[in-house]
Amino acid sequence: MTALLELENVGKRFPVGRRRFFGGTPQPHVHAVDDVSLTVDRGETVGLVGESGCGKSTLVRLITRLLDVTTGKIWFDRRELAEVPARVFARDDDRAHIQMVFQDAGESINPRFTAANAIADPLRRLLGLRGEALTARVEEAALQCGLPSELLGRFPHQLSGGQRARVGIARAIGTRPRLLVLDEPTAALDVSVQVTVLKLLQRLKADLGLSYIFVSHDLNVVRLLCDRVVVMYLGRIVESGPAAEVFAAPLHPYTRSLVAAVPRLDGERVEAARLTGEPRSPIDPDPNACRFHGRCPVGVARCGTEMPPLRDFGGGRFAACHFAGQAGDRWDKVTST
Amino acid sequence: MSTAAAPIGTPKTGTNPISPRLAGANPGDTGPAGTPRATPTPKTSTAWAHARYVLGENPVTLIAALLFAAYAAMALLGSAIAPFDPLASDTARALQAPTWRHLFGTDQLGRDILSRVIVAARVDIGIALASVALVFAAGGLAGLAAGFFGGWVDAVVGRIADTIMAFPLFILAMGIVAALGNTIPNIVLATAIVNFPLYARVARAETLTRRDAGFVDAARLSGHRDGALLLTQVLPNIMPIMVVQMSLTMGYAILNAAGLSFIGLGVRPPTAEWGIMVAEGASFIVSGEWWIALFPGATLMLAVFCFNLLGDGLRDIVDPRRRT
Repeated sequence: MTALLELENVGKRFPVGRRRFFGGTPQPHVHAVDDVSLTVDRGETVGLVGESGCGKSTLVRLITRLLDVTTGKIWFDRRELAEVPARVFARDDDRAHIQMVFQDAGESINPRFTAANAIADPLRRLLGLRGEALTARVEEAALQCGLPSELLGRFPHQLSGGQRARVGIARAIGTRPRLLVLDEPTAALDVSVQVTVLKLLQRLKADLGLSYIFVSHDLNVVRLLCDRVVVMYLGRIVESGPAAEVFAAPLHPYTRSLVAAVPRLDGERVEAARLTGEPRSPIDPDPNACRFHGRCPVGVARCGTEMPPLRDFGGGRFAACHFAGQAGDRWDKVTST
Repeated sequence: MSTAAAPIGTPKTGTNPISPRLAGANPGDTGPAGTPRATPTPKTSTAWAHARYVLGENPVTLIAALLFAAYAAMALLGSAIAPFDPLASDTARALQAPTWRHLFGTDQLGRDILSRVIVAARVDIGIALASVALVFAAGGLAGLAAGFFGGWVDAVVGRIADTIMAFPLFILAMGIVAALGNTIPNIVLATAIVNFPLYARVARAETLTRRDAGFVDAARLSGHRDGALLLTQVLPNIMPIMVVQMSLTMGYAILNAAGLSFIGLGVRPPTAEWGIMVAEGASFIVSGEWWIALFPGATLMLAVFCFNLLGDGLRDIVDPRRRT
């Protein structure tokens, strides 16, 4: 199986603050995404998790080519996309193949467009469909997403949250993309509606042969839906691997605390896994220190002077911690005290 | 400004027809017995039907619309509906008070004031319309670009607007007309220039709040490049507020044109124009011939009033959030 999408050492830095008029100190940068490599195979669902501000959204905008990378390469179906500027990519042939479902469906639909118009927009621009062919395709996409055709004439403010989410999904699948990026597609929805939308996404993936990148805060959803999971912390990947294994036996201390933070029915909680302190600043971080150092319950002096690389632990599992693998003992030592 | 604010509150006092309409338009709506509704309401609410609904809902806007229709008729038909030749002087009938023959009386040269007021509508409204169209295009686009692209575009547009705002606006308009010569194109240009900051700033502020909206990214995913995105996605969203702005400045533009003429820097006599007529009539008020200044002045005032009120009504019609 060949990879559909492959990121190679992708990084994105944003300048912050004002450059001094007479030079002096160098311009500080926020390292939003730093040295991220990941692959998405055909038909695979890759979950992307991490706390707010960890660079998930920036990574998503890089993958969907709304932003230009600072460093690294993006291979999509053996084609290098990072060298195509985001401005130009809007009219690229592959634009139709990478689409996205937004977090807030209501806000992502132009308030002056009816549902039909919103779904038709990418079809018109990217596939050049007009007239009856366009109408047929819009209705097909709406049908696939369980959107009654009576609702197609409505404006977003006349639709419910679940209906808007369906419009957003119908718009994204209309151009028959190969990669669909789902940016917390259910975060703005009621729990009851979340389930139906997630089921819809599962069905569409099977029917249309899509590959998903699924960004979510909800680890339970990620565990259920994703084949593999990628955990990010402060712009870097700290752990990746098959979802079931990562959740069952996390290697990185950050993943452990994430998994421990998931509310459980039995009410049991690993109290010691609670993180204390604030994340390190993402502005020009020390390249020689682990990003998690200072918040990590395991951290030792070495973590402050040596950045742990992402190491292969076999079975498709990777983790960036000096103590991963042997960390079991250390972790137990920390949590038992 | 207080007159402009008045109609906003009025719909709230009446019965609110929005909810029953919405309920009726819901295709899944069923009657009490679970059966589909007997009378399905028409699904297509055309712009015309909506306009009629807004006008019925808001009598003040209706008055403004009627006034506007009257002014539009005056401007379009002009001399065709004027009872007399606006330029024909008849010294035998000079300074006559209003009569059935001369409803607004006659001026010092015996010209019929009603005819002159009617014919002047084309000049005044024409100048205002041309300048508003010009400033909408220039200021609106500049503001859009400034808000959307930021950086140096924003800095340049912002500084131009600041520079214009640094002058007393009417003095600036006077200066422009005095420097370029008082012709109608120059009055239009001067009026447009003094209104530029208003348009640029409103467009910029409205664009800024939408620049990072999800639908802008969605449009990029749909294959829109920045230029197309600005014009087809962002511009329609800021149109309601721009239309209100246009209608409000339309009133100011008329005042500005008349004001320039009043002080002798605008349209030249003997052209019929409200500002000139008020200026000419002003000297006769002391001697008791009030009608020479009053009627053109009142017409001018009503025109400004009408456009201010219309701005609010137009927003109701254009804004889809109010559409039911």
